[in-house]
Amino acid sequence: MTLLTEKTEQRTEDTTHKAHGKARLREHLMGWLFVGPFGIVFLAFLIAPLAYALYLSLFQKKLIGGTSFVLLDNYAKAFTDPSFLSGAWFVIRFSLVAIPVQILVALATALILDAVTTLFTRFSRLMIFLPYAIPTVIGAVMWGFLYSKSFGPLTDVFGLFGAAAPDFFSSDLIFYGLVNVVTWQWAGYYMIIIYAALQGIDPALYEAARMDGAGRWQIALRVKIPLITPALLLILVFSLIGTLQFFNEPQILRYLAAGTIGPDFTPNMYAYQQAFKLANFNYGSAISFALGGVVFVCVYAFLFLTRKRRSFLR
Amino acid sequence: MTPLSRTAGRPGTRRHLPVQIFLGFLVVYFLVPFWWVVVNSSKDAPGLFGGGNTLWFTGSIDYFGNLERLFTHDGGIYGRWILNSTLYALAGGIGATVLAVLAGYGFARYRFAGRRFAFSVMLGALMVPATALVIPTFIMFSGLGLTNTIWSVILPSLLNPFGVYLMHIYARDAVPGEILDAARVDGAGELRTFLQVAFPLMRPAVVTVLLLSAVASWNNYFLPLAMLSDNRLFPVTVGLGVWQGIASANNSGSTSLWSLIILGSLVSVIPLIIAFFTFQRHWRGGLSAGGLR
Repeated sequence: MTLLTEKTEQRTEDTTHKAHGKARLREHLMGWLFVGPFGIVFLAFLIAPLAYALYLSLFQKKLIGGTSFVLLDNYAKAFTDPSFLSGAWFVIRFSLVAIPVQILVALATALILDAVTTLFTRFSRLMIFLPYAIPTVIGAVMWGFLYSKSFGPLTDVFGLFGAAAPDFFSSDLIFYGLVNVVTWQWAGYYMIIIYAALQGIDPALYEAARMDGAGRWQIALRVKIPLITPALLLILVFSLIGTLQFFNEPQILRYLAAGTIGPDFTPNMYAYQQAFKLANFNYGSAISFALGGVVFVCVYAFLFLTRKRRSFLR
Repeated sequence: MTPLSRTAGRPGTRRHLPVQIFLGFLVVYFLVPFWWVVVNSSKDAPGLFGGGNTLWFTGSIDYFGNLERLFTHDGGIYGRWILNSTLYALAGGIGATVLAVLAGYGFARYRFAGRRFAFSVMLGALMVPATALVIPTFIMFSGLGLTNTIWSVILPSLLNPFGVYLMHIYARDAVPGEILDAARVDGAGELRTFLQVAFPLMRPAVVTVLLLSAVASWNNYFLPLAMLSDNRLFPVTVGLGVWQGIASANNSGSTSLWSLIILGSLVSVIPLIIAFFTFQRHWRGGLSAGGLR
């Protein structure tokens, strides 16, 4: 693969730059000098661990007989392991609810901020973005306080209406409790990206649409949203990759929601438990890889459904 | 609220009132956790658990006493965590940014052999779940004796493919090839052309990538949680997580720890909030121009 692309590139470049052989050599050299340092880090901390994880996942450590090569046994085990399957099903369901909620909040807010500029909207933009600056762990700790029965405000607030406070740590509501935490954490960041994309649109287009009789809503729906589709797709793909790896928030809230969030709540938590609590690195690696497979399938399915594979990451 | 009343008189803004109310609700929602933390870090343990309004101050407001307890608890370990987080964020952020700027510029401005292949491999890496790398990296590092050292947290943070992607697009769009050629014709070497001509043009994106990678390092939890066992090396995220685990496990005996966790959360977010407000204009410029269109 490398050789092939190199050869074809070389050939086209050679025909166009026949006279500048020395300059071409220098260009190759300089290019690699600039990219090289990152390339070394990339090989050492991405390619090597990935290859090593794949290697590890093909072995099993037994009490008797030591480590043995088992090919895909770990994967067969993972995809029939109820802990892995229920975790994977949870993150998929969670993505289907949490991502649309976050993007809708972000999109609505960005459209408003793009259309209306007052001091208050500028102030709101900053405040809504603020949670992005907060580590996810601290965000989860903060919401843990707010959900808490012993010192959270929910009891007081619902008490005003004579209602019992919802317990977001119960198995019925933990899903929504977590949707709320990630929406709070990420909606502002997505809002800023969408807002930046909206600001990049040429205002002359709105003028043209207005001449054709389009109102505010039509301009938003028919002109603005189609033009920022690449930014929306980028956000969707990154949030999908991030959400399927869900770890920090449930890991932190686990202490408070004892019994509701088990150690196998998400695939990543399960891999962590296998590797670092049970020292079962082979199976932990296999789960990480299986999760990587789930991420790949979901992202690919998403890109296929939207039929926008080409416009993404040109 | 002053901004609202000051602009409300102007023609054309009054009909935006529903929109402004909607935004007002959102602002309240996004600020509630901060407000809760600001209010409750003023309280002592009895104030915290004594019932009363959890969204308002009690009679005794004791920020200084709580701060003193926070920074002296367990031999001043909290201060160490903050310093560790700062070190990891600066080293990881600056290192990742330097690598990303060089690589992004190299990809954008040199047509070298293997460029297209290397670039598509890097784009593919954006899809790799970052956490899948933690387990094998841990085993590799433990073979090298690097686990439970600062390097086990800093070195993997140097990897930021998204930063390279951003820098590539920015360098491609904001640094015209003609300017570089002109510099070369004038006799500037490649390095000088990069440092004196291209780099100043790329500055907004550099600030963006620097902030994004520093924040990513500061926020990192899974990697240090896996790598570090010595609590004197913890970043503040892992440290507070551990405290929270202890406090939840023995709910009755650790009421004073809860007030430390609350104030600790507040103190730990202040540096980031200051950084974001200070560099607001810079990083937004980088994001909007940085190809996220």
